[in-house]
Amino acid sequence: MNVVTPVDKLTAKDFTSDQEVRWCPGCGDYAIAAAMQSTLAELGVSRENTVFVSGIGCAARFPYYMATYGFHTIHGRAPAIATGIKLANPDLDIWVVSGDGDALSIGGNHLFHLLRRNVDVQFLLFNNEIYGLTKGQYSPTSRVGTRSPSTPMGSLDTPVVAASFALGSGARFVARSVDTLRKPLSQVLKRAHAHRGTSFVEIFQNCIVYNDGVFSDFTEKAVAADNQLHVEDGKPLLFGSEGNRGLRMKSDTFELEIVTVGEDGVSESDVLVHDEKNRLLATMLAALQPPDFPMALGVIYCDPAPGYEANVMAQIAQAKAKSPATDLNALLRQGHTWTV
Amino acid sequence: MVSSTAVKHDGSKPERRYLESVVVRFAGDSGDGIQLTGSQFTQTTALARNDLATFPDYPAEIRAPAGTTFGVSAFQINFGGRDILTPGDEPDVLVALNPAALKVNQETLKPGGLVILDSMSFTDRNMRKAGYTANPLEDDSLGKFRIIPVDIARLTLEALKEMGLSQKEALRCKNLLTLGLVYWLYDCDRQPTIDWLEQKFASRPEIAKANIAALNAGHAYGETMELDGTVETYTVPAADIAPGLYRNVTGAEALAWGLVAGARLAGLKLFLGSYPITPASTLLHILSRLKQYDVITFQAEDEIAAVCSAIGASYAGALGITSSSGPGVALKTEALGLAISVELPLVLVNSQRAGPSTGMPTKTEQSDLYQAVFGRNADSPLAVLAARAPTDCFDVAVEAVRIAVTYMTPVIVLTDGYIANAAEPWLIPDVGDFKVPPIEFHTDAEGFQPYLRNEKTLARAWAVPGTPGLEHRVGGIEKDSQTGNISYDPENHQRMTDVRAEKIARIAEGFAPLVPEQGNAKGPMAVVGWGSTFGAISRAVSNMREDGLDVSHIHLRHIWPLPRDLGDLLRGFDHVIVAEMNRGQLLTLVRSETLVDAEGLNKVTGLPFKISEIEARVRARLEN
Repeated sequence: MNVVTPVDKLTAKDFTSDQEVRWCPGCGDYAIAAAMQSTLAELGVSRENTVFVSGIGCAARFPYYMATYGFHTIHGRAPAIATGIKLANPDLDIWVVSGDGDALSIGGNHLFHLLRRNVDVQFLLFNNEIYGLTKGQYSPTSRVGTRSPSTPMGSLDTPVVAASFALGSGARFVARSVDTLRKPLSQVLKRAHAHRGTSFVEIFQNCIVYNDGVFSDFTEKAVAADNQLHVEDGKPLLFGSEGNRGLRMKSDTFELEIVTVGEDGVSESDVLVHDEKNRLLATMLAALQPPDFPMALGVIYCDPAPGYEANVMAQIAQAKAKSPATDLNALLRQGHTWTV
Repeated sequence: MVSSTAVKHDGSKPERRYLESVVVRFAGDSGDGIQLTGSQFTQTTALARNDLATFPDYPAEIRAPAGTTFGVSAFQINFGGRDILTPGDEPDVLVALNPAALKVNQETLKPGGLVILDSMSFTDRNMRKAGYTANPLEDDSLGKFRIIPVDIARLTLEALKEMGLSQKEALRCKNLLTLGLVYWLYDCDRQPTIDWLEQKFASRPEIAKANIAALNAGHAYGETMELDGTVETYTVPAADIAPGLYRNVTGAEALAWGLVAGARLAGLKLFLGSYPITPASTLLHILSRLKQYDVITFQAEDEIAAVCSAIGASYAGALGITSSSGPGVALKTEALGLAISVELPLVLVNSQRAGPSTGMPTKTEQSDLYQAVFGRNADSPLAVLAARAPTDCFDVAVEAVRIAVTYMTPVIVLTDGYIANAAEPWLIPDVGDFKVPPIEFHTDAEGFQPYLRNEKTLARAWAVPGTPGLEHRVGGIEKDSQTGNISYDPENHQRMTDVRAEKIARIAEGFAPLVPEQGNAKGPMAVVGWGSTFGAISRAVSNMREDGLDVSHIHLRHIWPLPRDLGDLLRGFDHVIVAEMNRGQLLTLVRSETLVDAEGLNKVTGLPFKISEIEARVRARLEN
């Protein structure tokens, strides 16, 4: 319904709004915004067809900094707003930007339903394991024992693993990246954009004020190689500074174990090959946590299915084919009438 | 029964008495086909050019145990030769297909009223289930009524014995036998129902035949009684009805069609985001069957997602609509604030029900007026309308769309369970007679600012995503009064708060002058009402005026903003009574906005006002 005008090659700057950025100096959101702006330019999308939708929280300021359409809504409800936007105009290219509190606490219900419906939007969850905007309370992804203004003796509740939640909700695309990993992040964003249906992307984002270094166990340079597993479809699940550590399936317990290629008779053929259409494997990869295992990053799962809005439009087309819309006056006169 | 002089109907038969109007209530177990019986009777009386109003009264339970009082389903119809505005206060005739149906309904029956009951259903077991300790047919507890016991099951089986149906199938025709009997009582034409049965059961002619036989048997049974002279029979004359093409319509249907009409006149897709809740779900059901009219319906995961999806749809250039009932509307509150802040059109339909909390979902009340007008954080004005009758829902829906798109604002439409489910004949309008301005989205990038306003309406520009050059950001944070960028500037917030209020206030500029529905514009007494109490107030006022009392009826469709001439009009009366089914919510509004010393007539029993209740109060007030 919208005319897509051919655009001259836009640059990252063309996707940057004139608004002064209000995130704390050193916030991981800066890196994500920059990656997004350059990725949009590389994707060659049009500004007018791109919509950023957010809820409430530090991450939710994101739309103000994008020179596209943007809707900063209310806490937790961005998935529902985005669903309405997509159903009203399926041609729009929608990014939902959320945080761990917005997406998994107050908005958990909506995220669950967005994913199971498979509405064609990109859903970005900036996970910093803390509430930033309300000044430092623990979040649903905070590790047990997190001391915060509301949990001075440590938090008690078990954290949710965002990617596992997404897979359990029926997501057809689940990916992960890190705010500072510019290139992998950009690649994940591009894959998310290409995927039809809901693309769920968790981005580990460092909150320099309230939770600094919370992901350092796998993001610090010194440990990154050993604690990050960059998965790639069709490639063996190998990691480590030598590139010789890999994941193998324990056939007796259906668990993943770490093996070293070249040791104990292990060869590369023993290492699992990533199959991004394998939901069971994705579920196991999503659950891996340092320090025992590396953090799985990249596209963990991608198995497209028709998007919800496409099916809705198909039903409308079917209804129109079956009984074409008549003049509304005719509708009012259908059924039993009588003349006085 | 309002009756006139008896006339000779036919030389060979006893006289039929003329009745100006009659209230009949069919009641039985949920599985007895009561609603179908009622709707057939409705069609028949409509074809006989009676004016009418109906009200179905379903049990709240989905499948209540058979024979229990809480499983009783009822259908009430008021029909006659004069203007019928309500389903009637007290039935003249009660058709009770089991003891529970009698037990539940006998209190509402008019003294001297007729009870047709299924005598064989009055077994010890059924009477116990209904809560009778003694057989009401044998003691004098029904003494003030005229009772016609009919062995409906036996008559049905006898009538169908040649049809080759199983006993169970044959007994399913009981309701048609009952209907035939009532047709005889009121001299109704059986043919429309016969036609309908033949059409409905076209693929199973034996079932059609059986039902028709039952209908005819009921009528024949009546004729036998008539010849005995045991029961008086009646004729109800045709009403003086405006000529044209008519249909029956429920409030929910009229509302759905009105919203579709409004959207189409505006040239917009209609998007309904809704979450099931009694009694509002019917709107979702009806609109979900109108996809060919560019209607998108979305059953959301909850009330919040329902309203949010509608806001998203409006943001993207559709007409966003959401519907619910009081408790669900409470959940939508925060999102309504967002719609007010980002100034997008939205229509919220609240089918009010008795509260607070879950309250009585199937019972009617008008107690969400405060919620609609005031129920949000901060100064957050929006428009509120109320429908007064099933057919009025169409007009109110179109008006709601007009206001929403003209002023870029959320609009709340208040209906209630009574209006949504009740039906009345509708002189089908020409959609072209309704005026909603066709929407043109803003496309000109030159000088565009998201919060630039129309000077007259103060509506901001509607610039939808997908439009080149108009990329902008909006949100729930306070915005600069032009650019829409985040602004914490004190003067700006004052300006934005004032303009949001002024925009809503200006909606009243488009209202027609407020004049009384009946009576003079000055006088000793005005009864003010809103919403579904219209019918009862109107009839009460016309009754009193016929008795020579100078009483006026003022009805408010626009609850917020109120008509600007309301205060002047009310000041012309010595007494102003605001009648409503709550503790005095419109009353508060009227008193605070007009400073008129109005008084309330209030009722919160879950049942509509009776005409007599309004009359009694007004007459008493006029006497002292």
